[in-house]
Amino acid sequence: MRIVFALVVLLVMASLPFWVSAYILAVLTVAYYFGVFAMAWDLLFGFAGEVNFGPTFLIGLGAYTAGLLDNHGVPVWLDVIAGALAAVIGGLVLALPALRLRGPYFGLITLVAVLVLQQVIVIFAGVTGGEIGLTINDVLSVDPGHNYWLALVFLMVSGVILYSLSRSAAGLILQACGQDAIEAQALGFNVAKHKLAAFAVSALFSGLAGAMLVFYLGTASVDTVVDISVGVQIIIAAVLGGRRTIVGAAIGAVFLIVAGEILRPLGQLNTFVVSAIALAVILFFPDGLVGYLLRRGERA
Amino acid sequence: MRALQILVDGFAISTLYALGAIGFSLIFGVSGVLNLAHGGIMVAAAVAAWYIAGPLGAGQYVGALLGVGVGVVFAFATYGLVVRPIQRSRAIPDDETEIFVLTATLLWGIMIQEAIAYFFTDSPITVRPLINGVVDIFGVRTPANEILTAAICWVSIGLLWLLVNRTRAGKTLLAASINPRALTLLGFELSSVYLLVWAIYGVLAAIAGVLLAMFLGTSSNNIGVLTASAFSIVVLGGLGSVSGSLIAAYIIGYLETVTAYLISPTLRTIPSLLLLVLVVYLRPQGLFGRR
Repeated sequence: MRIVFALVVLLVMASLPFWVSAYILAVLTVAYYFGVFAMAWDLLFGFAGEVNFGPTFLIGLGAYTAGLLDNHGVPVWLDVIAGALAAVIGGLVLALPALRLRGPYFGLITLVAVLVLQQVIVIFAGVTGGEIGLTINDVLSVDPGHNYWLALVFLMVSGVILYSLSRSAAGLILQACGQDAIEAQALGFNVAKHKLAAFAVSALFSGLAGAMLVFYLGTASVDTVVDISVGVQIIIAAVLGGRRTIVGAAIGAVFLIVAGEILRPLGQLNTFVVSAIALAVILFFPDGLVGYLLRRGERA
Repeated sequence: MRALQILVDGFAISTLYALGAIGFSLIFGVSGVLNLAHGGIMVAAAVAAWYIAGPLGAGQYVGALLGVGVGVVFAFATYGLVVRPIQRSRAIPDDETEIFVLTATLLWGIMIQEAIAYFFTDSPITVRPLINGVVDIFGVRTPANEILTAAICWVSIGLLWLLVNRTRAGKTLLAASINPRALTLLGFELSSVYLLVWAIYGVLAAIAGVLLAMFLGTSSNNIGVLTASAFSIVVLGGLGSVSGSLIAAYIIGYLETVTAYLISPTLRTIPSLLLLVLVVYLRPQGLFGRR
């Protein structure tokens, strides 16, 4: 039953370019990349138990590496790979303190990492375009439908990989490390190795998605891929959809982006309303949308 | 000459940082809450002071006083509407309360920011100084209000010290930060202790917000930066250590002022961020923290 339902949803999503406007496709394309950001964040928070306030540090590294290389004439596919690699290296650097620090201390380090990256981009404005942003000449595709399908396939593939990873033996060990590192160690699991791996995987997907997003948008700017408010949106999406579910994070991200777009006529108030909705969900349904549905399903 | 300028300006800004961060540290020490809506409360107080003094024409004294009042109201709202429901929720597991409080207060701060931008203004505002005039300190022309600002901050910090160390309510507060369970067993109501600490916090954050808006000006876009700077100061000093926050505020304040004067104002925050990373790597509990 569930599989049939999932297949129908997937078919509807895949067929969208045939019957909806380019505007809706554009909104959903961005939303799908955000979905990957949120899923990658959920792997770190929900499973490894690490509060990463700076998902945009990894995304920004991927995005700017890809953008800068492209401006030097490197082909697109190589830029995307390089962006992902840069993010993985950044993720491992970020993971080093995580092996020593807990909770708020690690959260602060990730926050500072974003602030430092942001300042570096602004200071080296000559190379990076500073606050205005970096213009990127190449695009993934000029056709909105193709861009949409690319984002959809990317979302699905990332989702399947991250979900099966979280349900695998390694994912369970990771979860144990996140909940009680000392006990996990006593059981003979290498906590450091699993956490490093989680950071590398999360960074890989964040960097890939960041790099692909800038080629879709045609620009890399602090406001779209680095700013703390972008990171906050990713965190809200993951918590809203339901942490520790991976799938929920993607649904939360799509919901958040689409809701923001629908509420756009409210003008400046739309961020207020979206934040208020997210706060209400956190207060009344702390398990998130998917978590809530799953629990109801279990009870029935 | 320039050294003296740095000394004077750095002192005023550090004192403001200290006042802002102490309340933040106090809340964490007593109830374990990291309030990421901190900047929102500061700016709400400042905008209220500006609006009442300016557009409503009530004068700067009434404005400043009512602004502090508004800050306290926002602090209570943060506790009553956001933090307390999460702490009491049975659907949220105990070991995850922290991340929920962080996320929820962050959202609440964004809501305050957007509401201020929508109903009042998102352009920078400056609250009119309480007193005018310029004082000459060994050749450095200093606005009299800057001196008054430092004085108000230190009087507030002194009153806080007296309250915590010399009064019964303050001692209860101190006890709650050391061992809340024992305090409950002795028959004290923890929730009234929390109300008291949020009230103190509201007054401190609001005073800091209003004074900061007189000194440097402020805007709803500053909310995130203000929260981040209080957070870094408190972590640098050691979470929960009020005297540590005080010293850390001076370190950060002077480091920023020196960078701004001697290197470049655009690099203002970089050295303090690097110092913070270094300290957290080498000494995670902060300079004066207890583990």
